[in-house]
Amino acid sequence: MSANETAERTIEIRNHEGLHMRPAMRFVQRANAFQSRITLSKGKQCVDGKSIMQVTMLAAGKGTQLLLRAEGQDAVEAAAVLAQLLENETSGEPVS
Amino acid sequence: MEILKGIGVSPGVAICTSVVLDAEEFRIPRRNIPRTQVRNEIQRLRQAFTEASDEVSQLQDSQEGLFDSKIKDIFAVHLHFLRDRTLRRQVNDLIENQFYTAEYAVSVILRDVAKHFSQAPDAYISERVNDIYDIEKRLIRHLVGKRREDLAHLTAPVVVVAHDLTPTQTASFDRKMILGLATDAGGRTSHTAIVARSLGIPAVVALGHASEKVAAGDTVIVDGHRGLFIINPDEETVAEYKDYAATIMERIHELDELADQPAITQDGVVIQLLGNIEFPDEAEIILQKGGEGIGLYRTEFLYLESDHEPTEEDHYQAYVKVIKTLGNSPIIIRTLDLGADKFTQNRRTSREPNPFLGLRSIRYSLRNIAMFKRQIRAILRASAHGNIKIMFPLITNILELRQAKWLVADAKEDLEEEGVKFDDSLPVGMMVETPSAALMSDQFANEVDFFSIGTNDLIQYTLAVDRGNEEVAGLYSPSHPAILKLLQQVVQSARRAKIDLSLCGEMGGDNDYTALLLGLGFTTLSVAPPVIPEIKKTIRSLNMENCRQLARKALTLDSDKQIISYLRSEMLDRSSFST
Repeated sequence: MSANETAERTIEIRNHEGLHMRPAMRFVQRANAFQSRITLSKGKQCVDGKSIMQVTMLAAGKGTQLLLRAEGQDAVEAAAVLAQLLENETSGEPVS
Repeated sequence: MEILKGIGVSPGVAICTSVVLDAEEFRIPRRNIPRTQVRNEIQRLRQAFTEASDEVSQLQDSQEGLFDSKIKDIFAVHLHFLRDRTLRRQVNDLIENQFYTAEYAVSVILRDVAKHFSQAPDAYISERVNDIYDIEKRLIRHLVGKRREDLAHLTAPVVVVAHDLTPTQTASFDRKMILGLATDAGGRTSHTAIVARSLGIPAVVALGHASEKVAAGDTVIVDGHRGLFIINPDEETVAEYKDYAATIMERIHELDELADQPAITQDGVVIQLLGNIEFPDEAEIILQKGGEGIGLYRTEFLYLESDHEPTEEDHYQAYVKVIKTLGNSPIIIRTLDLGADKFTQNRRTSREPNPFLGLRSIRYSLRNIAMFKRQIRAILRASAHGNIKIMFPLITNILELRQAKWLVADAKEDLEEEGVKFDDSLPVGMMVETPSAALMSDQFANEVDFFSIGTNDLIQYTLAVDRGNEEVAGLYSPSHPAILKLLQQVVQSARRAKIDLSLCGEMGGDNDYTALLLGLGFTTLSVAPPVIPEIKKTIRSLNMENCRQLARKALTLDSDKQIISYLRSEMLDRSSFST
């Protein structure tokens, strides 16, 4: 029986536009599909990864290091999937 | 009930529902609610969010076929925002704990978000500020609901309350439905005052914070005589004002009976009384009130009403419309007199530091010859159908005047080649509204067919006073000796050159000055249409010889206060003898 797991990943924002509206939206959409609590931290700032308002407030630009944290039953999967998504979205390469 | 005191700038009484204009041109009517309203407010908020989300979904769907998915994405983002629980929670908090109205709460939260965005070092992120404002506007629109003021299409009579009113805003007023104006800022000669007097509706300005205290839908009373603005009047007050309004209407009807009578002094001197108009529809009012034509047809509305520059045809139609109403009565059309406002400033790359002294009016026209020629051509074409004169504003330099006249000659040649009819003897004149024009009036008089004195600007430039600045508005005075001296000079120049002379500033419509103006030698006055009967009544009570004496005496006095005092006391004395 899985208790509350926690999983963390660090992602660096590499694209020019940073974590702007659209990727933020895709992230939030995906995050809401998971049961775990999801947070994103930039330095001391920590926001709810399921809220578009909070995530965009992070204003994570190019070069920002973000700490992704998931806490809950599907934490490991959530962290893996969401970290991958963030990397893809902000890698600086065109996203399909 | 709250009674606010301001400056009454247009007489009359309006008892009406209010519409409040926010500086950003959409309304946040009220900021606070009573505790008992919290439930309601949360409900309203929920409704607005739902409606806004639905609206955005629909917009998203409507973009379905579009190649560029970026636009769909933007709506997707907006939708996410609208469904965001954090946002909702924060707004709800403000309503429940601070007793803010839903719209105020939404505004506060979203502006905070916007602020965060605009501070981000990344330009790409900071530009997203506009998305936030867009979301805010959408929500506010749903909250404020059907009472969203579309001032061009009102369904019920209202009083407009605002911090201040710009020509752009008033250009789109539904004039049949707006019964009064009230602004926080402004003075006796601000735009609000001019529009109100032109429309014959009461107005009170310099009210301080009225626009924050009124909520849209509140009943208000505008008392233009006493300069009072009353919010949510009690029954007794409403009854009193209804009586008072009836008395005023009686007096107006009395005056209107003068419409058919000539403006002639007791000793038989005929004065020509014309009207100033800002819109073509006002020509009708001039007729009703017994005016004999248009001394100033302001053409700025053509540029302010829409978002594109008016075509030659737009101009032409506007001029012909007035000719239809007035037939062969004289119509003096003034070319574009804009500056320091939306039209000219939006087309600049950087803001003018001092628009009042800047590229405006005739200067602007002379720098935009193609545009200027469109207006000139339209005026010429219209001259074939009526008694038209053309007039240039803000002339300070003889070379400007010559250049403008040359353009008229040029346009005439073009039209002749095209076989289009126009009045070849179209009188060409200028406004005398700057000290340089007044001081050099002899020289200018030799090169125009007529003068029209624009006292509003002449007084501002001569006394170095901004009439819209409440701090110094008291220094703005038509009775200043310098003004009298300049007026006298211009009258003499006009006589020597044997050209027509009129006066079209607000001073002409103030019956404190009628005797003085007649005494100085003015025989044509152009005033705001609603005051034509009043000025006519005053003229009919005067004796020209007395007026001349009055003017001679006034010219020897020291100060504006002394002069106005003298003028008023003379009027009082005489009134015991007049009809």
